[in-house]
This record gives sequence, structure tokens and C-alpha cells, in this order.
Amino acid sequence: MGNKNHHAHHFESAAAEFEASKQGLWVFLVNEVLFFAGLFVAYAIYRILNPDLMHEAHKYLNWKLGATNTVVLICSSLTMALGVTAAQKGQQKKSANLILVTILLACVFLVIKYFEYMHKIHEGLLPGGLFSYHEPIHPKAPQFFSVYFVLTGLHGIHVIGGIVVLAWIYMRTLRGEFTDKYFTPVECTGLYWHFVDLVWIYLFPLLYLAS
Amino acid sequence: MSHDEHHAGESSNYLNHGKGIMSWLATLDHKRIGIMYLWTTLLFFFFGGIAALLVRYELIAPGQTIMTADQYNKAFTYHGTIMVFMVIIPLIPAALGNFFLPMQVGAKDVAFPRLNLASYYVYLAGAALATSTLFLKGVDTGWTFYTPYSIRTGTNASMVVMGAFIMGFSSIFTGLNFIVTIHKLRAPGLTWSRLPLFCWALYATSIIQVLATPVIALTTFLLFLERAMGIGIFDPALGGDPVLFQHFFWFYSHPAVYIMVLPGMGVINEIIPVFSRKPMFGYTAMALAIFGIALVSFVVWGHHMFVSNQSDLANFLFSLITMFVAVPTGVKVFGWVATMYKGRIIFKTPMLYAFAFLFVFTIGGLTGIFLATLASDVHLTHTYFVVAHFHYVMVGGTIMAFLGGMHYWWPKIWGRMYNETQAKLACLVIFLGFNVTFFPQFVLGSRGMPRRYYDYLPEFTALNRMSTYGSWMIGAGLLWVAIYMIYAIYRGEKASSNPWNAMTLEWQTTSPPHHENFTTIPKVTDGPYEFKDA
Ligand SMILES: [Cu+2]
Repeated sequence: MGNKNHHAHHFESAAAEFEASKQGLWVFLVNEVLFFAGLFVAYAIYRILNPDLMHEAHKYLNWKLGATNTVVLICSSLTMALGVTAAQKGQQKKSANLILVTILLACVFLVIKYFEYMHKIHEGLLPGGLFSYHEPIHPKAPQFFSVYFVLTGLHGIHVIGGIVVLAWIYMRTLRGEFTDKYFTPVECTGLYWHFVDLVWIYLFPLLYLAS
Repeated sequence: MSHDEHHAGESSNYLNHGKGIMSWLATLDHKRIGIMYLWTTLLFFFFGGIAALLVRYELIAPGQTIMTADQYNKAFTYHGTIMVFMVIIPLIPAALGNFFLPMQVGAKDVAFPRLNLASYYVYLAGAALATSTLFLKGVDTGWTFYTPYSIRTGTNASMVVMGAFIMGFSSIFTGLNFIVTIHKLRAPGLTWSRLPLFCWALYATSIIQVLATPVIALTTFLLFLERAMGIGIFDPALGGDPVLFQHFFWFYSHPAVYIMVLPGMGVINEIIPVFSRKPMFGYTAMALAIFGIALVSFVVWGHHMFVSNQSDLANFLFSLITMFVAVPTGVKVFGWVATMYKGRIIFKTPMLYAFAFLFVFTIGGLTGIFLATLASDVHLTHTYFVVAHFHYVMVGGTIMAFLGGMHYWWPKIWGRMYNETQAKLACLVIFLGFNVTFFPQFVLGSRGMPRRYYDYLPEFTALNRMSTYGSWMIGAGLLWVAIYMIYAIYRGEKASSNPWNAMTLEWQTTSPPHHENFTTIPKVTDGPYEFKDA
């Protein structure tokens, strides 16, 4: 590992291996889309069956915090994209710094999310049987919070996974494992990170701005 | 493709390349991973089979025979769960596919060997988690985990659904690996129109695995959350929608039928031309039909839910679209028959299994029409007719094809031949046993015997008894296969590199293959079924 033009024995060239890795990542992302699609369908069904539900319940989400987090994630996508470009040009130092900023922005996202969750838990705005808000909202409000918590929770898990992978890529960049010829892991992590951001960009209006 | 026969007594091959248990457990060689999958899935096949024999033995007479109603519920749940998630889904792709797909495309390995090994251990972890419940309270929901019962049951349903969740990732990893391998690692000259149909079938299967499996992963995860903390998405008592579970479940599980059947069709596609000594009739149509089936499979899930309060319009549409499955399936069956027509058919064991497949699968497919038709389905659903139908499709489609493929490729895997006479007789026993077991169930179902019931009316006794006798025949036949196949590994006659005179690439190297499959990467100049002696 780490050697300049390294490629596995069953590929004819490093370029072929790069192409294969990238295709593999795209297939993985398609699989991820389908994973979230199920929940979006659940959302759509509850919305069609109870048109007033989303309208009522979304008011209990804090759209300002949601919007802040949207901005945070868009910025992190930008720093990630710049980091990948730097890696492609072989500017390791710059790439490492940009990846570090991406990690920090991801952490900011999680901290904001944490405060949002804590507030919901405190108020009793919880999924299904755990719902215990002090005044009546809508008979199906617990279902709204089920979808809210599962969707944002699974997205949060993806953010945490992203942070772990980004940290690993950061370490490898610092160790000088990537060059302008070999940067597959950086590029693939970048694609994954853009996907995680994209999911949020759909989540935010559907949940927070559902009127 | 030169025929350089290395006749060194113990030439270097993947079996003697690296010694010791760690050279297997940590291997990145797709062939060894395939073998590990093979033994593991077969071990679970054995457990699932024992559960089936117990279920059938209980049903040999009305009333209690050997177990209580509770134990019976667990026995059929384990039978279904083990057979579906741990056996039929991984059996052909992960075992035979892992071994032969890279060889058929002329590659040294799959695109991501580490991911391949990871998929095996993920599978093992999921299977261990699910089956460990046998030593706890067990599970009694049936393999479909329908809500709300699966939320309420006091048995270990959470562990089993999480096991299925974990095994889903293994399936996704395998599918992803195959897609990239087929795209990026084909040997020079191996154009798409020269790709063996087994690869086409695995390609379509992989697409279904990647697109459908995440949905069952989500479903099982939500069911787990429902049980753990009552999130109220599926639970009607908390305002959730139990029918939504059925939609999610069948959105995966209908395409999953094709995760099970398409690889089987792929195996049959290899066997029939080779043993008819004729090029595949309508190669392009056969490849397209595979994708036709895969495509339609995503939009028919509602045919499992005709009695679930689905709207009449949805019922009508799902019924109609389901009928369309018959078109590409018909293309496949006609293609196989037309390939045999005027061919020089060689009646070796793999070909006998191909015949068994055609017979059984056609009955399974045709009885599917009864169930796709709204009016008759309302009468037949939840009866033994359904049980018989899906065993004809899944056992006929997958197990018969798997046995055919196992006999076809055994000489390549081990470099040894099995005993042909014994193999033919065992095939006959299994084929007869299969029909004796499941044909009576069509009759039982159409006369109204419900599935999954512990007890039945006395007038159903004779047919149930017959079905149980049949299950013993299948058990005996499979045991016989196990004995002579394992014997062949150690004592069988040495196999040549190409005992069936096949044209696909896996036969153009030594038996057993070299560690890197081919000593030099082959150049392909012809289609996969252009036999020189035809
Ligand atoms: Cu179906």
C-alpha cells in the first residue's frame, strides 16, 4: 500500500482500477438512494392520507436550526469538492486542510442536530408510543415524528459514518499516500459525502417546510 | 484459446496454493470464497431441510404427532427463514457465481476481493444471529414477519429480523461486486454479445439485489425499531399502518423470487446448449428476457396482497402486470426447448436436472397464473395451493438448477468426476420425491386446506401422508447426492480440463483451476455456445 502507482493484481492498470472503484461507488449510492426511498414513500403515504398532518406537525420543528444545518452541509460539500480537486492536483497539504474543515462542519451539523433532538425529547415530541406532548396537535402527529426521527436519525448515522471515513482519508493524506496519479479513496469519499448532503437537501424542505 | 495441458501430477492450483486454515479464512481468492459460501449455505440447507422434515412429519396425521402447536409454528418459521435468507438467496450467486463468474469473463478475480470476503463474514454474522435464537425463545412469525403479530410476539423476532437485515448487506456487496466485475474485467474480445448467459443472469440478479435489498433492510430495521421502542409506523395500535409493512416487504420479496430464480435460469442456460451440442437458440432474446423478468418483477409486488384491503384498481393493475411476467418467462422456456430441438442430446446428470427444472418450473409458472387471477386467488390464497406453487418455483427453479450446476461444475471445482450412475439415480429419486411431496399440496389447497395450520380435517389425511412420504424421498435423495459428491472429491476419477466439451472460458483452463484462474489472460474470438462439433 502507499506505493505510487500501486494497483491490484487483477486489474491491468491503475486507471482501470480507478474506473472500477468509481463505478462500484456509484452502484453503492444507487443502493443508498433506494434505502432512503422507502422512508420517503412512507412519508408520502402518510401525507396523502392525512393532508393536514404535515401542515400541523411541521410547525413543531425549528426551521431556523434546519436552515442553518442546510447551509453548514452545503459549505461542507464545497470544502469537500475543493479538497478532492486539490488531491487530484497532488496538493496534499491543501487537500488535508480542506478535508479537516469538512469534518469540522460535519461535527457542527451533528451538534446542532443534537440540540434539536434534545429539545424534542424534552417536549415529548417523540415517535409513536413515546409521544407525550402536553397539548393535542393532530391524531397522527406521532407518525410524523416517527418519520422525522427515523429519517433524520438514519441520515445522522450516515453523517457519522462519513466523519469516520473522512478522518481515515485525512490520516492517509497526512501520511502522503495520495498523489496526482492515485487519489481514488479521496474522490470516492467525496462522492459519498455529496450524497449525504443531497439527502439532507431533500429532507429539509419535506420535513421543515411542509406547508 | 490454446489447449496447453499441463500434465504434471500435482500441478499448482487454487486448492494447494496456500496451506492451513488461515489460507482459507482470510483468502481473497474468489474461488475459495465461493467454496466457503458453498459449504456454509449447504450446512444451512441441511438445517432448513431438517426443519422441513419435522414439519412434514407432524402433518402425517391430524392432531398432535411429534410436537406441540407452538413448536410447529417455530419449525415452519425456521424452515422458511433459513431456506429463503440463508440458502436460496446466496446459494447460486454467492457460491457458484463467485467461483465461475470471474472465470467466465476471463478475469483473475472479482473487482473488489476484500468486499467479497467481507460479504461472506457479514452473511455468517447475520445467519449466526438469526439461528442463535434456536437456543433462546425461537421465533414463530413465519418467514414473512407480518405485522402486527411480529410486533406482539414474545419470541426472538427482533434478533431474526436483524439477522435478515445484516445478511441483506452481504447480498448487496455480492451484487455490487458482480456488476463492476462484468463491466470492467471482461477479457479482451469478450464483447457483451459473447457474454455467457450465466453472467447475464447474474448481472440481472445483481441489479435486483442492489435495488431491492435496501428496501428490505429498511423494512426489517423499522420492524426492529417498532419492537424495541414502539415508533408506531407499522403498529395499528399506535396509529401506524400494518399494510405498509406488507408493501415494503413484498417490494423486496417479490423481486427476491427472481434473485432466487434468475441465477437458476442462468445455470440452465449453460447446461442446455452444452448437452444439446447446439448454439443457444435466440441468444439475444434469451438475454433480454432475463432483463424483462427483472424489470417486471419490480412492479408486481401487490399480487401478494389481493386480500389486504388494497384498492380494486391496484388489485386489477397488479393482476394484469403479473400476467406479463409470463411473456419473458415463455421466451426463456421456448428458447431452451428450441435449443434442444434437433440437437444431439447427451443424457448426463446436469442435463437430467435441466429437464427436471423445465418440468417443475413450468408447473410452478403455470399455477402462478391461478394466483395472479383475482377471482381464483381470493379462493386459493393462504391455502396449500400457494405453498405448492412457490415450492415448484423456488425449489424447482433454484434447487434443481443448483443441483444441475453443482454436477456440471464439480469436475472443474475439484478436478474429480462423480459417479454418473449414482448421480442419475439420485436425480430420479429427488425428482419423483419432489412431485410426490408437492403435487398433493395443489389438491389439498384447492380443496381448502389452509397453509401454516397445525391440524387438519380427517379427509385431508391421505394426501398429507403422501406428501410426507415424498419429503422422505427428497431427504434420502439429497443425502445420497451428498455422499457420492463428497466421495468424488477424495476418490473420484481425475477429471480432464473440459469433460463436457464446453466453450465458455472456465473450461479452457486446468481442473482444478490455477490460483489466478488462467496462466495467460484468454483472448475471446467466438460466442460462448459456438460448438465446433455441432
Ligand atoms: Cu410475487
